[in-house]
Amino acid sequence: MIKMNDRIGFIDKADAYIRGEMNREERELFERLCDEDPEKGKILQEQMALLGRLQDYQVRKTLRAKLNSIYDDLDLSAIRKSASPKPSLKTLWMKHRQTALIAASVALLAVFSTLWVTGFYSEVKESSSKYSALKRDMNNIQKNVSAQNAVINTISSNVEKSPRKVNPSTYGATGFALTSNGFLVTNYHVIKDADSVYVQNSEGESLKAKVVYIDPSYDLAVLEITDPAFKNTVEIPYTFKDKASDIGQDVFTIGYPREEAVYGSGYLSSKTGYGGDTIAYQVTIPVNPGNSGGPVLDDKGNVIGIISGKQTEADGVAFAIKTDYLLKSIHAIPQDSLTKALNINKKNTLAGLPRTKQIKKIQDHIYIVKVY
Amino acid sequence: MNREVDTLQEDKQLIDGITNGDSSVLTYIYQTFFPMVLHMVTHNSGEEEDAKDVFQEAIIVLYDKVNKGDFILSSKLKTFIYSVCRRLWLKRLNRQDRQALSIHEEIEETVPVEDDLEVHRNKERQFLLVEQSLTLLGEPCQTIIQDFYLHNLSMQEICEKFGYTNSDNAKTQKYKCLQRLKKLCL
Repeated sequence: MIKMNDRIGFIDKADAYIRGEMNREERELFERLCDEDPEKGKILQEQMALLGRLQDYQVRKTLRAKLNSIYDDLDLSAIRKSASPKPSLKTLWMKHRQTALIAASVALLAVFSTLWVTGFYSEVKESSSKYSALKRDMNNIQKNVSAQNAVINTISSNVEKSPRKVNPSTYGATGFALTSNGFLVTNYHVIKDADSVYVQNSEGESLKAKVVYIDPSYDLAVLEITDPAFKNTVEIPYTFKDKASDIGQDVFTIGYPREEAVYGSGYLSSKTGYGGDTIAYQVTIPVNPGNSGGPVLDDKGNVIGIISGKQTEADGVAFAIKTDYLLKSIHAIPQDSLTKALNINKKNTLAGLPRTKQIKKIQDHIYIVKVY
Repeated sequence: MNREVDTLQEDKQLIDGITNGDSSVLTYIYQTFFPMVLHMVTHNSGEEEDAKDVFQEAIIVLYDKVNKGDFILSSKLKTFIYSVCRRLWLKRLNRQDRQALSIHEEIEETVPVEDDLEVHRNKERQFLLVEQSLTLLGEPCQTIIQDFYLHNLSMQEICEKFGYTNSDNAKTQKYKCLQRLKKLCL
């Protein structure tokens, strides 16, 4: 045990040591003393720890005092003003990034779902097909007809069954004679992808034909009847008008939207076709699939156009390719590619006749075009 | 890019200034970064006085960290100060049970500072203990200890100040005071 007085003296020395008040000799002596006596060494350690804390405390107190005095000297009113800085765009973005993204996606979702709900997309789809080519899909009709036949057969089973098996064509449309020697015109879209083409006259005779010329840009195709059964017809009663017709002109057409010739009349309603297409007229005539390729005639019996399609969204709006373009197409056909002469009729025998007579004369020259 | 380099340079200079306890640097830091903290606190149900407390705590955290030598400038000084203040203010709000689940209107980026604050809290606890212990010592012990150990007065000066007739008496008194202090705070 160290005596009380020794302790006091030791602490005093320790303080001097810690405070750096000893010279080198004294210090070495003191250090040796602590090394030799563990008890004293421990007291020194404790003293150092305690003084360290006191020192730290003092430093902290000084620092706090310094900061307080700085604060007291601050121009607080100026700082208050700058304390509400307008956040920069960047910090605004950082801050509201998540909200903004969520809001944006909600907005997008709302926009697209609204468009979807209101049927915008179906309209988009439709608008690309507002123009419908008027060839007739025979398969659908054929199916319906066979179903009808089946019903009829069951009802009257004792009636003699239809012996003729009609080979169903894939598409049907109309075509009309350009010449009496078997040249016909129809729409290109009718015979496009055709394996073989047959035409059927008003008497129901089916005749083999071949495509001799196509003009996809005007949607025109020239056919030639190649069937051996074909004999030259009587002279074509109508002529082809190469000048533009006027709006309001009464027009009519004959076509085969069904197996029977169907007459339709109306007027020329616009000098341009679908979407301002200058190669066609707009005519107001009720037309249906199957009317494609039918002639549009004025009241004097001039062919002014060829029915090619209609606008699906509007009733009675049909389009007819101007005869002018038909004539251009015909002139473009290389003569040596044809086996027969293609001479366009220049003599009109319809002018002045009443409509029923006109039709009677015309309908022999209008054919159902059947495509397989 | 240039601005970032400038900021880095400036931050380094500031940190050197803090290490030396340079008053002008501390003043500069106060002027530069206090407005942002004032804004953050006063816009989150705090007063100017709260902002001051929080800011000074943060400077002390920074000071300790710099002096301990483990302050690596991994983020901008501004970001560090803001992060510490934000954390401190959130804690204080939660402690006072004031509406404070999060700080509205984040005006700066933040970096994690939880470890630094843990070190700081331990230190503060120690300092509080020392302060309380000194108060408990009463007079004359408190003054003797402070004069000798904190203000580095010599024994001779203390003898004169307290009217001790010889320095042995003074040494005995100091020893007794020190023993009490040791009991109180070690």
